[in-house]
Amino acid sequence: MAAINIDHYLLLSAVLFCIGVAGVLFRRNAIVIFMCIELMLNSVNLLLTSFSNQHNDPSGQIFVFFIMAVAAAEVAVGLAILVMIYRNAKSVDIDFFNKLKE
Amino acid sequence: MSQYAFYILSALSVASALMTVFNRKPVYSVLYLIFFFFTLFGHYILLNAQFLAAVHLIVYAGAIMVLFLFIIMMLNLNKEVEPNKSIVAKFAAVISGGLLMIVVVSAMKGVDAAAINQHSEIGLVETLGSVLYNKYMLPFEMVSVLFLTAIVGAVMLGKKEIK
Repeated sequence: MAAINIDHYLLLSAVLFCIGVAGVLFRRNAIVIFMCIELMLNSVNLLLTSFSNQHNDPSGQIFVFFIMAVAAAEVAVGLAILVMIYRNAKSVDIDFFNKLKE
Repeated sequence: MSQYAFYILSALSVASALMTVFNRKPVYSVLYLIFFFFTLFGHYILLNAQFLAAVHLIVYAGAIMVLFLFIIMMLNLNKEVEPNKSIVAKFAAVISGGLLMIVVVSAMKGVDAAAINQHSEIGLVETLGSVLYNKYMLPFEMVSVLFLTAIVGAVMLGKKEIK
């Protein structure tokens, strides 16, 4: 049975992470930007899991578990902030929020 | 056999990630993202990380994506009214993403390409549980504090007016 090498996982994770970065820069809808951040977190999770598998060390998979917990908390607070912004501004357009810099 | 499964899953995950980013309607983006999470579930199964696969499905597909769908439907955002960025900004986004990809991919040239062990025992619940409750006990407890903070923060932010 042919084995899968670690560099395949490296390549896949890099591609997924860059799709996420491009998505954050590409979109203006704040919710879609949140989803692109989830994409990046998941690519890193996959990489950590494959490295933990290769080094035969369970710590990597524990880190993935913690990343998932932090992502869940982040999404809860982030979506609450988005709902509050939508209530005030009637929009989730990210270019609307650049008033913060003034 | 598992190699073909890996390639098919990888193609599906890249395609669904691209559809998540470049789809115009937010609800379709969410649905493609759910599909992306399912392909990652397959990857975890291929790596024999059974505990992570289960937690991934429960947390992401079960909780986080439902939250996203709920918010999009509650705010009624599924319209194509999203004003597009200028062509220049879009090109800049795609080019900078591609450049980052080139940098990362070329940085891992000459990496020691060892094979993945598909029958490793470390992804099983027994191994991970004993590590989590011995070595990582304090971080595990801290996560509960983090969740408490997140709950309080979400409730405070969600209130109509803060007295």
